[in-house]
Amino acid sequence: MAVLDLEVDTAVVSPVRKRRRVGALFLAAVAWIVLIGLAAALAGALPIVSPTDMDILARRAPPGAEHWLGTDQLGRDEFSRLIYGARISLTVGLLAPVIGVLIGGSLGMLAGYFRGRFETLTVGGVDVLLAFPPLVFVLAVTAYLGQSVLNITLVIGVLGIPAFTRVARAVTLSLSEREFVVAARALGATHARILLRELLPNVALPLVAFFLLGVAVTIVVEGALSFLGLGVPPPAPSWGSMIAEGRENLDIAPWLAFLPALFMFLSVLAFNIVGDTLRALTDPRPGAL
Amino acid sequence: MTAPLLSVEGVSVELPTPRGALRAVDNVDLALAPGRTLGIVGESGCGKTMLSRAILQLLPKRARLGGRVMFAGRDLTNLPAEALRRLRGPELAVVFQDPMTSLNPVLTIGTQIIETLQAHLGMDAAAAATRGVELLAAVGIPAPAQRLRQYPHQLSGGMRQRVAIAIALSCEPKLLIADEPTTALDVTVQAQILDLLAREQQRRHMAMILITHDLGVVAGRTDEVAVMYAGRIVERAPTSRLFAGMRMPYTEALLAAIPKLDSPPHTPLPAIAGRPPDPTRPLAGCSFAPRCRYADGRCRAAKPPLGDPERAGTLYACWHPLGLSESASA
Amino acid sequence: MASFVGKRLLYLLPVLLAVSLLTFLIASLLPGDLAYTILGDQATPERLAALRAQMGLDLPIWQRYGLWLWDVVHGDLGRSFRTGETVLGAVLDRLPVSIELMVLAELMGLAIGIPLAILCAVKSGSAVDRFLTGLAFGNLSLPSFMMAILLIYLFAVQLNWLPATGWVPFSEDPLGNLRSFVLPALTLAFAEWPALMRILRSDMIATLQEDYIAMAKAKGLRPARILFVHALKPSSLTLVTVTGINIGRLIGGALIVETIFALPGIGRLLVGAIYARDFIILQGVVLFVAAGFVVVNFIVDMLYAVLDPRIRHGRA
Repeated sequence: MAVLDLEVDTAVVSPVRKRRRVGALFLAAVAWIVLIGLAAALAGALPIVSPTDMDILARRAPPGAEHWLGTDQLGRDEFSRLIYGARISLTVGLLAPVIGVLIGGSLGMLAGYFRGRFETLTVGGVDVLLAFPPLVFVLAVTAYLGQSVLNITLVIGVLGIPAFTRVARAVTLSLSEREFVVAARALGATHARILLRELLPNVALPLVAFFLLGVAVTIVVEGALSFLGLGVPPPAPSWGSMIAEGRENLDIAPWLAFLPALFMFLSVLAFNIVGDTLRALTDPRPGAL
Repeated sequence: MTAPLLSVEGVSVELPTPRGALRAVDNVDLALAPGRTLGIVGESGCGKTMLSRAILQLLPKRARLGGRVMFAGRDLTNLPAEALRRLRGPELAVVFQDPMTSLNPVLTIGTQIIETLQAHLGMDAAAAATRGVELLAAVGIPAPAQRLRQYPHQLSGGMRQRVAIAIALSCEPKLLIADEPTTALDVTVQAQILDLLAREQQRRHMAMILITHDLGVVAGRTDEVAVMYAGRIVERAPTSRLFAGMRMPYTEALLAAIPKLDSPPHTPLPAIAGRPPDPTRPLAGCSFAPRCRYADGRCRAAKPPLGDPERAGTLYACWHPLGLSESASA
Repeated sequence: MASFVGKRLLYLLPVLLAVSLLTFLIASLLPGDLAYTILGDQATPERLAALRAQMGLDLPIWQRYGLWLWDVVHGDLGRSFRTGETVLGAVLDRLPVSIELMVLAELMGLAIGIPLAILCAVKSGSAVDRFLTGLAFGNLSLPSFMMAILLIYLFAVQLNWLPATGWVPFSEDPLGNLRSFVLPALTLAFAEWPALMRILRSDMIATLQEDYIAMAKAKGLRPARILFVHALKPSSLTLVTVTGINIGRLIGGALIVETIFALPGIGRLLVGAIYARDFIILQGVVLFVAAGFVVVNFIVDMLYAVLDPRIRHGRA
């Protein structure tokens, strides 16, 4: 899936042009993220039915007064399932890239700063990880380790390390030769101080941008896993598994597939917009790596 | 008097920039008779390249062109795209400054010569290849048949420019514009290229515009010289008369800046102090006044018009032209 | 050219080795015992011990890796305990289907992406350009399984033009075979075209500003020739590289698509092995896919040199 490509790409639309359009889009994206995030976090407190309650008499009901967005084939309330599904997607979506950014970011910074054999090893190691088609890697590891929110988060997190390593290393490389770093070294600053005080603040913003893009990718990967039935184990509702179930009912109740698909699409799109805007701001010409 | 082949009438080029409209070329008039050579001289940024692009109708998309460019009786600024395309090559040709960037790096030399011949002369591939070899030989490239299969990066700078010249001449144009043809080349090669151009020009009775920043290049190789500064023509005269008695302090300074063989060693080069004016902020007075050693209050207050007060076929724009008494200018 | 290829080959081998090691390590993550998984919890301790000895499961891990690698290099990726077929045989059986899907998908992606990229590059900055670029961006947020559902709903359920599942071999029914690939390949193509289009558009915009394009115009060449010969060729380097890499990467997306559309490819083999907990097949397929990906990247590197003569002659 090309969506998993987190590489620092060639410069796309010029940031100047995009900024005007994205002004409104950016706000809408942030609004959606806040909305869905709040809904997911406060799901327990919201006045909605339980996602696992089955209303046998109202199976595959279209949206209506009783069930705002209808019910699925087992009579469970769609709206509630969508909100609880958001919980899973956002939890995995936000936690997995944290692993990537912490480990990958540090490795990248150290590699770009210290150079030499450490850098060669890091780059080589990252390349080997990149040699695995991502979904294959995730499927394989969860197959061996077992399906659980923890395992899935860990695996996707590890998968994200190469992208963050590359970004951190590239930025560090370009900064290491600049005057303020050379000056700090001349003044006798320790490596730790340079890394933390001088380099980290500059590396942080691009990493945050990639983090957001990573969230988008993670939501998709988790969705794909759940779609195949190999993600978070049932009965936890996940958008992916809801789409898979909806597929069975495409002819009679298409909204069962399209509603979770829409929610996932909007969430992925929102994180992509926000992440891309930040990326364009920090790095209008990413250049070669 | 033969009708001019090329007549540039009141041409101006404006480029929109964030800081305001930039007038790269300001109200330029030129005329060139068939078979004659015109030299356009000026520092970098004076607008000479924009002028050549304006003549060729190859301006960037955002540029705005004013005025007319008459070529062989037709107004190029109003010509439909297809008609313009058809006269490029057989009537109008150009050699750019840097042959490394003006030749396509991923196509062979042969392809780049042959396609021109095929496009305009309707030759088939074999005939075009033969003609291509002849053209390469004519511009002094050794082993021309092998060159057809080579790529631009496999040739030296001088050779590449010869190839560019061969391509330009391939359809026997009536006018060749050479935009700084030797600036990107080694000094030793420069004279060869210029001589090649002059020779071909004579042989084909072709009109030529030679654009350069070096006055020394146009001496002896052009019939007329126009000096540009800050987007305008500031002096224009037949070559011999220009060198014998130039009127513009700027031209004098340009000439003085050329290193001479017979000066004593370590003679400091009299460079022109200062820099050309910011094109987005035109000055009220003469554009050259801040750097001119003869400038006075009048020069800074009002722009001198380009005129021919001596009625000798020489144009200049100066309140205090050289070689004349103070009261001579209008 | 030979030294260029030789140098790249030297890179290839360590990477392949590392990939094999990583695959083996992943497989060794299995908590508990492979023998136990195969025989189930009905097995007696003696049978478990016997199987362990037979499979060499009680050897130290580095020895097991060595033995496994030795087998792999000799073409023995193991044999499924479930179906009895050799892993290599199972993979090779299904490889053509996956390749057909990936190639068709990439071709369709190019067929959509290239014309749009050229259009956007020529009209860069216009409303058309901005619209198409926005569309590409939006499409990137639509993963392949969602696109599959959408396309199935549209073409199979509503319009009934194309089959939702089902596959016939090419040798039996070429037209039917191709028909069964249309929706799956199209699904993947929609995931591919945005990246391809962005890359080509960006490179072409840069190329169109080069001096040699102005020169081509000054020579009076036809606009079509300038666009497709002078501008497209130098702009296509990145595109070719990415296309090549993507064909390999498609294995990930092909996995889901094969499963949804019931195509008997490698992806479906992998997913099926996971459903059936057939770890022997899983390990073999993962190794095959990863190694294949590395090799495809290598080939793409070579192709790059063919397209840009400057690299061939060592003067990038």
